[in-house]
Amino acid sequence: MSSHESNYKPTSRFGKWLDDRLPVGRLMHGQFVDFPTPRNLNYWWTFGGILTFCLVAQLVTGIVLAMHYQPSAAEAFNSVDHIRRDVNYGWMIQAMHATGSSMFFLAAYIHLFRGLYYGSYKAPREILWILGVFIILAMMATAFMGYSLPWGQMSFWAVTVITNLFSSLDSIIPGVGTAIVQWLWGGYSVSGSTLNRFFALHYLLPFVIVGLVALHIWALHVVGQNNPAGLDIKTKSDSVPMYPYAVAKDAVGLFAFLLVFAWFVFFLPDYLGHADNFIEANPLVTPPHIVPEWYFLPYYAILRAVPSKLGGVILMFASIAILAFAPWLDTARVRSSKYRPIYKWFFWLFVFTCLALGYLGAKPAEGSYVAWARVFTAYYFLHFIVVMPILGLIETPKKLPGSITEDVLGPGAGKGATAGAAAAPETR
Amino acid sequence: MTKTLTKSLGFAAAVALAGAVVVTPAISAESGGEHHIAHQQWSFAGFFGHYDKDQLQRGFRVYKDVCAACHGLSRVAFRNLVENGGPEFPEESVKALAAEWPNQITDGPDDEGKMFQRPAKLSDRILGPYKNEKEARAAQNGALPPDLSLMTRARNTHNEAAWPMHILLMARDIATGYQEGGANYVYALLTGYHEAPAGFKLADGMNYNVAFPGNQVAMPNVLDGGPVNYADGQEKYEGPKASQEQNARDVSAFLSWAADTSLNERKRIGWQVMLYLLITTILLFVAKKRLWAKFH
Repeated sequence: MSSHESNYKPTSRFGKWLDDRLPVGRLMHGQFVDFPTPRNLNYWWTFGGILTFCLVAQLVTGIVLAMHYQPSAAEAFNSVDHIRRDVNYGWMIQAMHATGSSMFFLAAYIHLFRGLYYGSYKAPREILWILGVFIILAMMATAFMGYSLPWGQMSFWAVTVITNLFSSLDSIIPGVGTAIVQWLWGGYSVSGSTLNRFFALHYLLPFVIVGLVALHIWALHVVGQNNPAGLDIKTKSDSVPMYPYAVAKDAVGLFAFLLVFAWFVFFLPDYLGHADNFIEANPLVTPPHIVPEWYFLPYYAILRAVPSKLGGVILMFASIAILAFAPWLDTARVRSSKYRPIYKWFFWLFVFTCLALGYLGAKPAEGSYVAWARVFTAYYFLHFIVVMPILGLIETPKKLPGSITEDVLGPGAGKGATAGAAAAPETR
Repeated sequence: MTKTLTKSLGFAAAVALAGAVVVTPAISAESGGEHHIAHQQWSFAGFFGHYDKDQLQRGFRVYKDVCAACHGLSRVAFRNLVENGGPEFPEESVKALAAEWPNQITDGPDDEGKMFQRPAKLSDRILGPYKNEKEARAAQNGALPPDLSLMTRARNTHNEAAWPMHILLMARDIATGYQEGGANYVYALLTGYHEAPAGFKLADGMNYNVAFPGNQVAMPNVLDGGPVNYADGQEKYEGPKASQEQNARDVSAFLSWAADTSLNERKRIGWQVMLYLLITTILLFVAKKRLWAKFH
């Protein structure tokens, strides 16, 4: 599985017996106990563990909800209300699942921006990165279908608007778009059949994500983790074993994150959602203002910034797809933006662009909102197509530390030392 | 390390805020006309928020005497009025109330295959006067009085201040755990009836209201006909004096409970969870620092 050898020694007789037949203990030990992690990782690297937690939490709460939920147009809305009012602790499970999707995306976006800032997509981590892009796509599909399930007004109209986007394919080959839309709907309009198939897919896709995550972690453990210095592990003093060191740090990050999570679950369960979703779906009444959940707002802004419907759809999907090409668009010799004095500013400009698109996605598509959305959409793509390739060629990076150990302890440290602990000049 | 963590947490909070900031206002002000929902203090808002039992009892009285003439509460059962964290009426009085509720339950079929009407029991829902939408519209001049069970959550307006005040108010609401926009809306609607300004074209049978989107609402100013007197029929009453404003406030609180019956339990468990997480985070952080000391 990786370049690193597990030093697993079974202690019990059963352990030894099993190790000769199915060395699952050896695998886990090698990958999650003595796996070498760079000693200079900061707290931004705890989001991988946080995301694993989010995925498991969504699966567990989701399966419990599915035990009480009715995927039919007549009963879906009532059953969600029943879960909140009458199922024991149903209000908590439901709030954890609904808030959980927001927290999942929050953590995923932080994880993604961390990867962009520290150049975690650069060789040899291209496959690792592309798997991450697939995970984001699968998360979006899952979240979108999950959002339809409460069968409130916003559920219904979000499904109507987004599935209708495919009809824009009619402008390429007449009839194809309409056929796809009807196939998605299972009829001639969004109906109970649509809800039923979305429920089935919403239950299926998380397990696809589990598979993708397994590949993502596998790829990670083959190439090893990137780190704030963007250097490779060269000597023994550059790394620490995953357990207990990285695990202890991940635990701090996870619990700090859970504080935010719990705050929303217990004190603001409705805040991240939309009030219209407390009104049962009604095909005859269109809400005055249809908007997606906050984590889709930047894409929604891009979609609406383009005058042509098909163009908007293409750019919206391209905004995700272009991430997959980042490893080849970025021409810089160093990974970490810490050592890129100019690019660093462009990175924060890019972050601002994404936040601004999110803000504009929540606003009505009119007047200056659209104008600004076009400006930021343009920069979103220019960042990848122009800034990344050109800046990498013309920018002179700052001097890198000689090694990961030097990044932590200062120049000259770690030379001739045998182990990290012995190399430490300070006791604190 | 502490500095890095503080920085990281600060940034995480900033990102969390930024994420929340882009949440859209529920009802946009674009519909035209004056549309103002004031921020109110509620006993159930915030970290230590919980329903005021007496207020919910008064609010139920307003619902029963005024709102119930047109609006149902069909997701709330009579038994909920007895349960902890609600108005907590005595069980006997709610049983009597249910038995006398004018909108009876359709049950059956009986032994002869016929459906029949029977008085409500504790386990039945609180029904409004109309059997279906058609009947309601026929009786109400074409308007539909909506069921009120989820009304406050379905009108949970976020603040509508302009940028950048909008973001600051959002930060305040997130930091204080305030999501009571729905109660603010109901209160604003019930106290928002005014004379239509000169030149405003009011459609036939409609009423001018500053809180309603578009400023025209079919519902008349129902609390105007003299406040629901809380002291009536009570041997001893020491609560606030009944007024239209007080009625509106109490019924808004009652409807907030109707939409979110688990709030008391949720917040009680919530602060226990927060306390547990906070202590564990600190312990884990200290443990991590000691464990990593030799590497810095």
